[in-house]
Amino acid sequence: MNIHEYQAKAVLKEYGAPVAEGVAIFSADEAEAAAKKLPGPLWVVKSQIHAGGRGKGKFKELGPDAKGGVRLAFSVEDVVKNAREMLGNTLVTKQTGASGKVVNRLYIEDGADIDRELYLSLLVDRSVGRVAFVVSTEGGVDIETVAEETPEKIVTLPIDPETGVTAEDAGRLCDALRLEGEARADGLKIFPILYKAFVEKDMSLLEVNPLIVMKDGRVRLLDAKVSFDGNALFRHPDIVALRDKTEEDEKEIEASKYDLAYVALDGDIGCMVNGAGLAMATMDIIKLYGSEPANFLDVGGGASKEKVTAAFKIITADPNVKGILVNIFGGIMRCDVIAEGVVAAVKEVGLQVPLVVRLEGTNVQLGKDIINNSGLNVIAADDLDDAAQKIVAAVKGKN
Amino acid sequence: MSILVNKDTKVIVQGLTGKTGTFHTEQALAYNGTRMVAGVHPKKGGETWTSGLEGAAELPIYASVGEAKEATGANASVIYVPPAGAAAAIIEAIEAEIPFIVCITEGIPVMDMVKVKAKLEKSKSRLLGPNCPGVLTPDECKIGIMPGSIFKKGSVGVVSRSGTLTYEAVFQTTNAGLGQTTAVGIGGDPVKGTEFIDVLEMFLADDETKSIIMIGEIGGSAEEDAAQFLKDEAKRGRSKPMVGFIAGRTAPPGRTMGHAGAVISGGKGGAEDKIAAMEAAGIRVSPSPAKLGETLVEVLKG
Repeated sequence: MNIHEYQAKAVLKEYGAPVAEGVAIFSADEAEAAAKKLPGPLWVVKSQIHAGGRGKGKFKELGPDAKGGVRLAFSVEDVVKNAREMLGNTLVTKQTGASGKVVNRLYIEDGADIDRELYLSLLVDRSVGRVAFVVSTEGGVDIETVAEETPEKIVTLPIDPETGVTAEDAGRLCDALRLEGEARADGLKIFPILYKAFVEKDMSLLEVNPLIVMKDGRVRLLDAKVSFDGNALFRHPDIVALRDKTEEDEKEIEASKYDLAYVALDGDIGCMVNGAGLAMATMDIIKLYGSEPANFLDVGGGASKEKVTAAFKIITADPNVKGILVNIFGGIMRCDVIAEGVVAAVKEVGLQVPLVVRLEGTNVQLGKDIINNSGLNVIAADDLDDAAQKIVAAVKGKN
Repeated sequence: MSILVNKDTKVIVQGLTGKTGTFHTEQALAYNGTRMVAGVHPKKGGETWTSGLEGAAELPIYASVGEAKEATGANASVIYVPPAGAAAAIIEAIEAEIPFIVCITEGIPVMDMVKVKAKLEKSKSRLLGPNCPGVLTPDECKIGIMPGSIFKKGSVGVVSRSGTLTYEAVFQTTNAGLGQTTAVGIGGDPVKGTEFIDVLEMFLADDETKSIIMIGEIGGSAEEDAAQFLKDEAKRGRSKPMVGFIAGRTAPPGRTMGHAGAVISGGKGGAEDKIAAMEAAGIRVSPSPAKLGETLVEVLKG
């Protein structure tokens, strides 16, 4: 689960991390009061969307010469003017895709005198099974570009979970970021704070880009991007309360109610599959035969008839879907249960597009009989290859 | 031979009394008499579990893993405990020095697994999973949730991050007449016990395993690490014919695809890099998950 920058900074501030003062607003009418709460003479007006690249992003509704999604303001009036221009418009960044994201919230922040921009993130390093710091002196730019062009400028430091961040670890991070004097003293304090927040709140990513050294020598988190481990949300009701559903796909929210793993995609063949690996492989094989998948959908290992029906409804609710492929390898999942769910769903919502069903595994014959005796116009397939070719042919034939 | 489990493996079940644990223990007992020897439940020690299947087999329940191990001589444990308590169950098994622990549970917080991993490194135990389908040696032992009916004793070693794709590989090699020595599901979580390299090492060392199917997916770099391992081993003259598959060529970056570990992040973990690394290590990577068996037959013909 992702949260907004201003929320992330509030979470980190509770742990004692140095962030600027700021106020989040939801309408332009709040801009003046928000700006007046801050000292000035420099304000930053930041679009709050769940995507990076905001500064270089462009608003769809404004001209190509208009400023991006993060703007500097030099007076209260300037803050208000920018807020009016930004709120309610659609910001397109490198990470939003062409459709962009509507800016419903702004964060008005106290400006900082920047001396150096650094990069810092925390993540789970799978190769060692530990939380690791990733730091670089090259901050404020795209870290993927730094990794590509100058990988030697990125330092990774895994932390032993039984000791936490030791004084030696913190020292090494200061060295890697070339923090000296007051900045070094700040760094020694900040690294253990960020690690503690990461572990205690079950984060999956904490990215500070840039981490800045200000002209007065102090260190501050200028930006903060935080994601949480969805599997640990049960023990963090405070974090769940920060969820912004307007940032999520409606179909994905609906799917999550039924505990279905669903990801909306841009293609035209809807998929319903059991198992994450097989669901990805089904998307891949659709592409291999010349079409694009409309979604990833894993109904899971022990799906009920109700769950299958819900999954089918979510797929058919997508107007881009021109055909549906159901691919089930029943291990625990019994083919007859899937077949019953599909038949029930089709009877309830109707079937406007071709449907190919491939069943294999436990109770396969029972499942095939249910489909065949249903009187529905379903195309049966023998294996995954056959199924993919048949749905692609059916969809292309229709076009 | 086989790897990890055989007819002598004695298994206890943590989470036996729940619905999932009961169902899969019944299935394991029905699979050529896998030696399920006891269940563990902190509050139900002294009680008896009874199978709902024909024969109504019974298993004793002990209050702790240590007691169950002591009483039965078990050398493996399978865990069906729900996510919030699963890490504690793994740690209990590690502390009881169970040599082989299989955790089926999906949805364990990553930070819990970081703690487990630290304990595991200092222990004598091997962990398979979590979020995995388990391991099966045909006609001998089934631990976990794989459907026994699709297996056939034979010569292919199967290792996979995905459950249902394991079944595809098993089913296809059964249909091709090759059969399997052992199928191992290492699981879809980012932090786990056993990695590809561990299983590949065992398959290379096993005389009866004549060929290997390895199924990976997007996220992390375990496939690249495995490919490097295979290259290094080949230089020492150790290699076996291999077919591979990587799921997620069409997955968008930054999105978690069902498995917690299946996500392309920061430009890393994409399918194409993995496929290139595996091909460079001499693995024939099938573009279609429906052609694993067929491709392996071709590779074996030379």
